[in-house]
Amino acid sequence: MSEKLTPETDLTKPVTPVSRQGKTSSRVIEHFVAPLEETPLAAIDNVDETAAPLSLWADAWRNLRRQPLFIISALLIVLVLVVAFVPHLFASVDPTSCTLNDSSEGARAGHPFGFTLQGCDVYSRMIYGTRASLLVGVLTTLGVLVVGGTMGALAGYYGGWIDTVLARLADIFFALPLILGAIVMMQLPAFRDNRSVWTVVITLVIFGWPQIARITRGAVIENRNADFVTASKALGLSRFNALVRHVIPNSLAPIIVVASISLGTFIVAEATLSFLGIGLPDTVMSWGNDIAAAQPQVRNNPGVLLWPAAALSVTVLSFIMLGDALRDALDPKARKR
Amino acid sequence: MNPGAARTDDVPLLEIRDLAITFETSNGPINAVRNAHLTIMPGETVAIVGESGSGKSTTALAAIGLLPSNGRVSGGQILFDGEDIANASEKRIIELRGNSIGMVPQDPMSNLNPVWKIGFQVRETLKANGLAGANSKERVAEVLAEAGLPDAANRAKQYPHEFSGGMRQRALIAIGLACRPRLLIADEPTSALDVTVQRQILDHLDRMTSELGTAVLLITHDLGLAAERAEKLVVMYKGQVVESGPALEILRNPQHPYTQRLVNSAPSLASRRLQSQKAKDALAAAVAGLDTPLDDENDPAHVGKAPTDAGLAPSSVPAAPAQPVRAARPAPNGERKGAQAGETILEVKNLTRVFKLRGALGKSTDFKAVDDVSFSVPRGTTMAIVGESGSGKSTVAQMALSLLAPTEGSILFDGVEVNSLKGKALFDFRRRVQPIFQDPYGSLDPMFNIFRTIEEPLKIHKIGDSKSREKKVRELLDQVSMPASTMHRFPNELSGGQRQRIAIARALALNPDVIICDEAVSALDVLVQAQVLNLLNELQEDLGLTYLFITHDLAVVRQIADHVTVMQKGRVVEAASTDEVFSNPRQVYTQELLNAIPGATLLV
Repeated sequence: MSEKLTPETDLTKPVTPVSRQGKTSSRVIEHFVAPLEETPLAAIDNVDETAAPLSLWADAWRNLRRQPLFIISALLIVLVLVVAFVPHLFASVDPTSCTLNDSSEGARAGHPFGFTLQGCDVYSRMIYGTRASLLVGVLTTLGVLVVGGTMGALAGYYGGWIDTVLARLADIFFALPLILGAIVMMQLPAFRDNRSVWTVVITLVIFGWPQIARITRGAVIENRNADFVTASKALGLSRFNALVRHVIPNSLAPIIVVASISLGTFIVAEATLSFLGIGLPDTVMSWGNDIAAAQPQVRNNPGVLLWPAAALSVTVLSFIMLGDALRDALDPKARKR
Repeated sequence: MNPGAARTDDVPLLEIRDLAITFETSNGPINAVRNAHLTIMPGETVAIVGESGSGKSTTALAAIGLLPSNGRVSGGQILFDGEDIANASEKRIIELRGNSIGMVPQDPMSNLNPVWKIGFQVRETLKANGLAGANSKERVAEVLAEAGLPDAANRAKQYPHEFSGGMRQRALIAIGLACRPRLLIADEPTSALDVTVQRQILDHLDRMTSELGTAVLLITHDLGLAAERAEKLVVMYKGQVVESGPALEILRNPQHPYTQRLVNSAPSLASRRLQSQKAKDALAAAVAGLDTPLDDENDPAHVGKAPTDAGLAPSSVPAAPAQPVRAARPAPNGERKGAQAGETILEVKNLTRVFKLRGALGKSTDFKAVDDVSFSVPRGTTMAIVGESGSGKSTVAQMALSLLAPTEGSILFDGVEVNSLKGKALFDFRRRVQPIFQDPYGSLDPMFNIFRTIEEPLKIHKIGDSKSREKKVRELLDQVSMPASTMHRFPNELSGGQRQRIAIARALALNPDVIICDEAVSALDVLVQAQVLNLLNELQEDLGLTYLFITHDLAVVRQIADHVTVMQKGRVVEAASTDEVFSNPRQVYTQELLNAIPGATLLV
């Protein structure tokens, strides 16, 4: 590096072979030998065959299993998933059968959270709204993983001009505020006229992929020069196959962590867009729409707003907690060597 | 030694009695150190020797109160100047650190704070011990100059990244000795440095500590180095002291079986090339006229085989029964008999590789990493390329593996120019030349279990079906003396040496002709290193392998290589047979390298 700054050895001078004889002490030093029974000599470098084989994922799982953070978030997520798949098991009242007689009524038997202004059951709407929110979150995360993951992996692995182009492209999208970009986007005629879960997902993917792309790129760069990748190339594996077989699987951990945290934030983003009236159409039941509808009444009937908001918070929180737990379990520094 | 200290001369400076250290881990408490004891007299140098995980660093860290937060002294005493500091208060330990007990840490690259100037970091130590005084700048320069930094006043204004590894270690020694401690703990102070730099630093440390009358606790894995630098050796194994006593006596007359093992396999003390028992037996058999005629028929078929025939047959398993027969071939020091003797398999001619270093504002300067290098490797022998870091030896290996294109010059493998190979021909070349890398932690994919790791080359080259591949993997594991049950394990469950053996098995899967070992044993403990070297040697004799062995360690060269090429700054400075280089080095640089092997001149 700074060779001229640091002359370690003067190689022009001939070396006089010094004989280093070791040091002898004038003191009497006792020669101690431990009895052999105390530390029996083991074979050099023998394999411990007793322990069960453990892959990295199995190791992470063993680690996760004991973390309260993971247990709580996993239970909540399972609950949310079940609710999203089979809402009718949790709410017997049809959320769309609303009677104005019940408008803004309080809680009563069979209707634990009361009624909305339109006379719909709040509890039932909260349960049935889960599906749309979760669907947007999951689909967006998948989309972001595909787009961002591919872009990031290619940019990081091949480098050069591919990297320059893709990384700058990601930077451009990164610079656009999500909400602002989404508002503009959702106002485009093509989107405004066909509002559905899909338009929301597409919008969120377009503005959400650069984050995953960055993470993937970083992880891939870290792994692309690893010895095991070089070794597989020396074995005859093609460059692209080395990426798919060795580099990407080893880069997954940080991507999974970020994806599970962003899943929560995408659900929030959907709710925000719906709240602003540019997200899911009114025909789709979602927490964001319900919060928006309840907003004028927040002073005299706050429960209508609070319950979907609470469901939203708990869902998002559990995904973020899951991400945190995964980060701890998959942290490469914490892995045993 | 300081004559004024005669009064306290017979009172130990540091005495460790029955020390036990326990670490609390998620799998329950681990007793890292048990019943350790050692005594350091004032001005004495004591070395703790042991392999990684033997508890040598832990013992030393306990003496300065720097155990990790999950570790604690669970028994015994640490007496510093008669005072028990094993469970002393944090305040008392801080008082002792710096001006009574100094420390030189292991890794010079990470132990200096990159955002502060060197001078500031030295001053910090002085200030913490109230020794900075009025003209602290001068004091800092003085301390640095003592540690052997030229132009110390200006050096103090530089940042760590402007220093080379050796310079940083000098700065750390300056910090460690700045407050004139009575005991200096040096934890592997030179393990990360080139041998010649290592020698200079240790010489300097020796001189300084004997001038100042400082006692030194040297922690090292290198028995030769320990014996050369210390009056007293303490050998640790599995957390216990197994032997201690006068350094030279232990070296000449080791009592404990572990110490005996250590002395026998210390590469720096070895004096000849490894030779397996098999080779010796076979040689005797050949002399007795019992050599099988089958041998000669089989031999060309194996060594000269095109990479397409036997290998693309349903499986390469049939090759296996033939191996014991080939093993009977006497092959000491590459003097292989038969048609192949002396035939060159790998030839490098005028190889040059230029890297462009990016300079300011898009300007780039050329850097010749490899400059006009030529050598040739006869089949069945080992060629070692030796040099310090930055000598270009690994770049040569990369080019020989065709992972990097040379700027100029040519590499001929079996008479064919490697650089011109493309597509199918390159794919076939990959089968015949295999690498083994330095870092056993990095060369195996952590996501692949051992079976998939070893199977991968067979799969890539579409050899055999899943059943025959499994059989082959079992055989390979057996060849590298790993139990077959290892197949289902993952690299993170294995030790460094075991991973390296797996890497060897993977390299052998395709029956290659040449294996390029890039510092393949330098990350391993001495005993494990000896084990892997022996394995490589036996495989060479059994399979007729040719090795290109890249290393910085001349001691290893002597054990494995037939020919040596010494490189310095990209150029070949000396090339000859191993015996020739060791007995009659022609170049100053080679002499320097040989002279720097720790323990080489000890009369054992």
